[in-house]
Amino acid sequence: MIRIQDGDFNIGEEIAALRVDPAGKLRNDIGAIVTFTGTVRDTLPEGAGEIFTLTLEHYPGMTEKELTRIEEEAHARWPLQASLIVHRVGTLLPGDNIVLVITASAHREAAFEAARFLMDYLKTSAPFWKREKGPDGEHWVEAKETDDQAAARWRQE
Amino acid sequence: MTRLLYFAWVKEKTGIASEDVELPESVGTVADVIAWLKTRGPEFENAFAQSETIRAAVDQTHARADASVAGAKEIAFFPPVTGG
Repeated sequence: MIRIQDGDFNIGEEIAALRVDPAGKLRNDIGAIVTFTGTVRDTLPEGAGEIFTLTLEHYPGMTEKELTRIEEEAHARWPLQASLIVHRVGTLLPGDNIVLVITASAHREAAFEAARFLMDYLKTSAPFWKREKGPDGEHWVEAKETDDQAAARWRQE
Repeated sequence: MTRLLYFAWVKEKTGIASEDVELPESVGTVADVIAWLKTRGPEFENAFAQSETIRAAVDQTHARADASVAGAKEIAFFPPVTGG
């Protein structure tokens, strides 16, 4: 399941929702739940000022399509009982939640690996763009080569 | 008609978020679209000056420079993504 939203998410509530079946009964086929949360870090140097915001632009339509695609790939590659990706858009402040990935499986190996895979793929293929604003003005965050390298290690020959 | 969309600094440089265009017959690939866009004025020439740093999506799927745009309803141009 995937969601794009501007409002905040509650990690505990999302985990709780993932653990129950549609009737609200606790599932008995989940033995491992892994959660990753990405948050806003203030990247301004010390003393540069307190005014800092991070704005996330995205491509409506393609963001949903890409997140669904990578989630489907995770389910194809690992035995997952459930998964969730929530990504926020709009203007955020230091310390705010940005992205949530939850994976649930019978055993921990699949849950850990799938969560890592989802984040590595999300970072390199989901159409979001970050703009940082500080006392000196705004600039677009640049993509990192380490993210491409992280995604490449999951490539199957 | 094909819808073209621009995001992040590509949008800032072109000055527009989206437009509907009639692509010339000779335009067959993403690279052809970029070459054509650069002829449309100084903002476009500036926006696509370093086209190796620009990514594209055809009908909301990532596409390389040599990807065909035949029958495409929507083509988007944007910098490498920075979500997550």
